[in-house]
Amino acid sequence: MFKEVGRNVPRVDGYALVRGKPVFTDDIDLKDMLFIKFLRSPHPHAIIKSIDTSQAEKMEGVALVLSYENAPRVPHTTAGQGYPEPSPYDTVMFDRKVRFVGDRVACVAATSPEVAEEATKKLSVEYEVLPPVFDPEWAMRDGAPIIHDEKDSQGILDPQHNLVGEVEVKVGSLEKGFKEADVILERRYEVHYAQHTPIEPHIVITWLDENGRLVIRSATQVPFHTRRICANVLGIPIQRIRVVKPRIGGGFGVKQEVYLDYVAGWITLQTGRPAKIELTREEEFISRTRHPIITLLKAGAKRDGTLTALDMRILSNTGAYGSHATTVMYNTGSKVLPLYRCPNVRFQGRVVYTNLPVAGAYRGYGATQGYFATESMLDELAEEIGMDPVELRKEVHIKEGETSPIFQALGEGREGISQVISSCKLPQCIEEGLKLIGWKKKPKEEGRMSRGYGCAIMMQGSGIPAIDMGAALIKMNEDGSFNLLVGATDLGTGSDTILAQIAAEALKVPTKKIIVYSSDTDLTPFDVGAYASSTTYISGGAVLKTAERVLEEIIRIGGEMLNEAEGELIAKDAQVISKRTGRSVTYEEIAKNSLYERDQHQIIGSMSHISSQSPPPFAAHFVELLVDRGTGKVKVERYVACVDCGTPINPKLAEGQVEGSIINGISYALTEQFIFDKNGRMMNASFQDYKIFSAMDIPELKVVLIPSHEPSGPFGAKSVGEVNINGPCPAIANAIWDAIGIRFRETPFTPERILRALTLGGSSGART
Amino acid sequence: MLIEVTINGILKSFETSPGEILLDLLRREGYKSVKRGCETGECGACSIILDGKLAKSCLLFAPQVSGHEIVTLEGMESFSKLHPIQRAFLDEGAVQCGFCTPGMILAAKTLLEGNPHPMEEEIKEAISGNLCRCTGYIKIIRAIKKAGEILKGNV
Ligand code: FES
Ligand code: FES
Repeated sequence: MFKEVGRNVPRVDGYALVRGKPVFTDDIDLKDMLFIKFLRSPHPHAIIKSIDTSQAEKMEGVALVLSYENAPRVPHTTAGQGYPEPSPYDTVMFDRKVRFVGDRVACVAATSPEVAEEATKKLSVEYEVLPPVFDPEWAMRDGAPIIHDEKDSQGILDPQHNLVGEVEVKVGSLEKGFKEADVILERRYEVHYAQHTPIEPHIVITWLDENGRLVIRSATQVPFHTRRICANVLGIPIQRIRVVKPRIGGGFGVKQEVYLDYVAGWITLQTGRPAKIELTREEEFISRTRHPIITLLKAGAKRDGTLTALDMRILSNTGAYGSHATTVMYNTGSKVLPLYRCPNVRFQGRVVYTNLPVAGAYRGYGATQGYFATESMLDELAEEIGMDPVELRKEVHIKEGETSPIFQALGEGREGISQVISSCKLPQCIEEGLKLIGWKKKPKEEGRMSRGYGCAIMMQGSGIPAIDMGAALIKMNEDGSFNLLVGATDLGTGSDTILAQIAAEALKVPTKKIIVYSSDTDLTPFDVGAYASSTTYISGGAVLKTAERVLEEIIRIGGEMLNEAEGELIAKDAQVISKRTGRSVTYEEIAKNSLYERDQHQIIGSMSHISSQSPPPFAAHFVELLVDRGTGKVKVERYVACVDCGTPINPKLAEGQVEGSIINGISYALTEQFIFDKNGRMMNASFQDYKIFSAMDIPELKVVLIPSHEPSGPFGAKSVGEVNINGPCPAIANAIWDAIGIRFRETPFTPERILRALTLGGSSGART
Repeated sequence: MLIEVTINGILKSFETSPGEILLDLLRREGYKSVKRGCETGECGACSIILDGKLAKSCLLFAPQVSGHEIVTLEGMESFSKLHPIQRAFLDEGAVQCGFCTPGMILAAKTLLEGNPHPMEEEIKEAISGNLCRCTGYIKIIRAIKKAGEILKGNV
């Protein structure tokens, strides 16, 4: 029934990308550019007693050295979130104190990257080294080193105990729930640090335009938040800043962070010259990371598979600064617990500082961490009550038409909003996945290999309800084509394309008639940016409304030209047609008429969209793997993901989102990890030592989209960007259990860990 | 020092220094399809074809390529007509952010020129030095397979 929606339209930016056109941040050349390099702290926790910049400043080519001595001190959060941000204002451009190995001490702007780098080595800094704290549990105790003792930070709950924030919500009665249970299990699960590793590291270029305004060309997921945060830190009006996001080389959350743009901006404002910051791969690894989270989960169930109580207590480690600290913590409950039918629930969260790299937004945003705990627990419960783990899931998961009290109790950094699930094809996803994987059909042992099957179910949201806003503008050109301007931010996801498809569908034209321009704060309407799986649903909603508004106008003018009442008209194939006479006018004629002939005006419309709901996409994942009992190596043989993302606006692009998240997720589960030395220094900040999957490592992956119709979404669509990264950790842990009978409650499942558990024969993390 | 290199079929001469990294030179001279993802030879974003073989331009000094032949993605299309590999990448959804794409396409080209009918494992092997964080490689592999068939005239 759709013409443009549901079609595999090639990406609107694809033609430029496959030709390698200069469309990324770094692909422009500016005259007189300054290159900025940072001096980073060698200590995890220290006060800068003095800094001597004279040697560096004397070097030929050095334009400016910035440190706490001469940089503006404006406390802010680097989290690119809506205003007011729910993250603490605990960061300044350069501080007197450094809080992790790699924290920035100073920077040098010079005429070449080499000179800048060389000059950072000439800075002589005297530190007073303070005792560090790395263990999040210890960080909360009395007497632990206090990481944020500065006076001017705001929004930290209890700085004395390194506690950024906490939350507790209760639904029903845990006591009653555990009393009703036949089986009660209590377990501790831990997920680890990880980095997004977009292949393009963070990069920003700034300059002054001919009117003296600051232009920030940045690889960012949040151009409008970048503008606002930079204006605040730089002390200039928002009006003086233009943020432009060109094509960007992947983000996955790490580019939802505003912490380089204003440094380059300040250098430009001070020198009048263009300035560039491009992180090295090594720096990128400690730019922002995934929050490691420890979960204590206690669950009660009846023998028939009913959940009677869930008590989830988490401790999240945000590292040295609280970027996204509380919101990720909230999400670990709010995006996870509503999936399960359970009347008695408690969620308690705490998030603390440590002297380790800064965590932030990472695809999945807390849900990934939470699902490892709950989806492992479901398997442990199933084992305990003697039920098939898939059957148990069918029993406990939320169904269409149902609600969960958690939706209301727990939101993102604040209370939530109640909602009823109006689309959920999870039952079909589970059935289809079971069939495709051939659940437990193959023999268990093959020599030293043990085969295992595992599954996991999951959901996410579509935008932050009642907070995330997107806006669109559409104007009609005299050949019947349209400009679509959106603030929405395509970070490689294909959102420009699917937004064009939504506009085309509503305007009744082919997608190729839509010219998309996005993410430029001077030219496009506002949008919160690309995060929280909001673009299709929220920005798409704005595009749909705008297109409908513009279509009304087209029909009205068409009616006047045809001398026909509005009720007698339809729009189809770029024409307005009289139902009565069959006479028609083309869009081209209508546009020309409105621009040149009668009642002259531009056909144009702009609408904004916000939703009170955040309908979850759902997915069921199944994995078949082999554990090599000789080496401890896990080989994922096959992976099946069945996904309900509502109407896939562009199935191929949606599949691509699923495939990318799953391979990232498997890589996280098996090989990616941060190795720290005793000072909290990351020892493996390179692709050589931090192993992300290459093409050689991938399993056979089958993705099936099982469409549903989400009534509140544009043409029935929900989100798809994040949800699927939640599956691999638990699904693989469950399959390893199935294969060798050892339960791993700590990620990643490296050969060393598995081998150790196999040799210890059942202790530490083994069958309990 | 002056070096002479054939880039995309055209003989060029560049002023360079013994320590200049080839990646820097190429980008400075406008070959912006050659991307910087790590500078340590581990991501493949800076891939070029050097004398018919895939090479990482971040691991080479500019003077080393004096007298040699380089192909970058800029050299792959004839005027306004995509190469079948580019077409296949576009049609199969093998491009997400597009940052790894130039390197991937050159890796595919190098493979298909020697072996138009690669097995899946051979494709994986051929792009194993090129990291992609967006696609999970599934659609890239499919695109290369399809391009191979088109180049052989089977489609
Ligand atoms: S930039 Fe050369 S391999 Fe990464
Ligand atoms: S498409 Fe983004 S890295 Fe490959």
